[in-house]
Amino acid sequence: MDVRKNFLQQLDQLRERVLYMGGLVETAVHHSLHAVTDRQPELAELVVEEIEPEINHLEVEIDERALHLMALQQPLAVDLRFVAAALKIGNDLERMGDLAVNIANGAARLLSQPLSAPLVDLPLMAERANRMLRSSLDALMNRNPELARAVLESDDEVDAMRDLIFRQLIQAMTQDPTLVERSLGLLFIARNLERIADHATNIAEEVIFWVEGVDVRHHFAEAPPT
Amino acid sequence: MTSAMPSAPLRSESTRTESIGTAASLRGVNFFYGLNQVLFDVNLEVPARGILAFIGPSGCGKSTLLRTMNRMNDLLPGARLTGEVRIGQEDIYRPGTDVISLRRRVGMVFQRSNPFPFSIADNVAYGIKINRLARDRAQRDAIIERSLRSAGLWDEVKDRLHRPALSLSGGQQQRLCIARALAVEPDILLMDEPASALDPIATARIEELAIELKERFTIVIVTHNLQQAARVSDRTSFFLMGKLIETGKTRQIFSKPARKETEDYITGRFG
Repeated sequence: MDVRKNFLQQLDQLRERVLYMGGLVETAVHHSLHAVTDRQPELAELVVEEIEPEINHLEVEIDERALHLMALQQPLAVDLRFVAAALKIGNDLERMGDLAVNIANGAARLLSQPLSAPLVDLPLMAERANRMLRSSLDALMNRNPELARAVLESDDEVDAMRDLIFRQLIQAMTQDPTLVERSLGLLFIARNLERIADHATNIAEEVIFWVEGVDVRHHFAEAPPT
Repeated sequence: MTSAMPSAPLRSESTRTESIGTAASLRGVNFFYGLNQVLFDVNLEVPARGILAFIGPSGCGKSTLLRTMNRMNDLLPGARLTGEVRIGQEDIYRPGTDVISLRRRVGMVFQRSNPFPFSIADNVAYGIKINRLARDRAQRDAIIERSLRSAGLWDEVKDRLHRPALSLSGGQQQRLCIARALAVEPDILLMDEPASALDPIATARIEELAIELKERFTIVIVTHNLQQAARVSDRTSFFLMGKLIETGKTRQIFSKPARKETEDYITGRFG
């Protein structure tokens, strides 16, 4: 029987708010990309004007909830690790929101020009980065360190895709100098996507720390505890 | 004592494996009150010069175990111990153990301060007197001052050493009891819920004092206050239903305990 029902409820609420924030970030990344791929500038505007401000607001709320829990409930062990992880995840999600805004602004600039170059593998890379984010949030929701470890492995894939896109775009620019401005815009988006994937990796690392108490950052602990 | 003799075979001196830096070691300790067994096969090393905290729910055996270390359970009817408790090199349940001398080496501070109805100075001097630790009055006074300083009480009482101890506040009385225990230069100080009857400021003083004293003494503290264990101790042992579940570095126990029972207890998922 749980003897600290109220405390555990507050921990659950904190997790729900982090997950809600994660859902908003997912939407922001998705919309900012579709603004480019589907040529829908209103999606970019939605990210900048509405979603990102709410993400910022949630970061503050999560910080407050976490600090109150620490001050008033003195969480320990797995609960302490969760609160510490929630603080960091909130920070990662807020940064992802900023990156989605970068993409949305880049999309607005791209859309002001005529469609004149292929999107190369950008939609695929976006799909991978967003999947990493979703998986890291699923790992958080289901307390699933295996899923989180799978996210860590995907990061290399996204990095490789960014490199490929860079090469494709450089080639395009070399062949047709009129594509330079647009290609630079796409490079900028690829760079932001890659950073979004990095933050998804951070979230996955935090989930592993929360559930297993193992710090896997910077290959600190290679093997899970047996 | 009714029958607190060990049934486990005594080891010869030459086979002792006590490491340097171990103040006490308990091997296979079982403890019974009559037919009721309250400790089960406890094995524990108490490192010297540090604070070890015992935590666990009421009735888990932590106070009983603490009291085995200076044979304070001896007077309880039907009390019986099997296994081995060593303080330093000495098996303290061996027949012929000088219990008075043992309690000089292993001092104790209780939940409720229990000063004698004497003056402040005479309280501290009590152990010096019965153990004949002072040659003359000057040496006695020097030990009183040193002990009161060690207990962080000197500045508050130096001008009223001959006033009744019972005129002190609760927190001061508890520090007086610590001074009294320190006067006989023990190796180990056992503290059984030493701050549970004190307000937060007096509690903080006792905790700070324990941290200062661990440079010179080995301290074992029983506490129901998990935060207190976390704040003061270097190592923590968690007990459940008479069994030692886990011992480890305090920062490990409170951030990432190895055993689920420990985690359930300290996170309040147990009750």
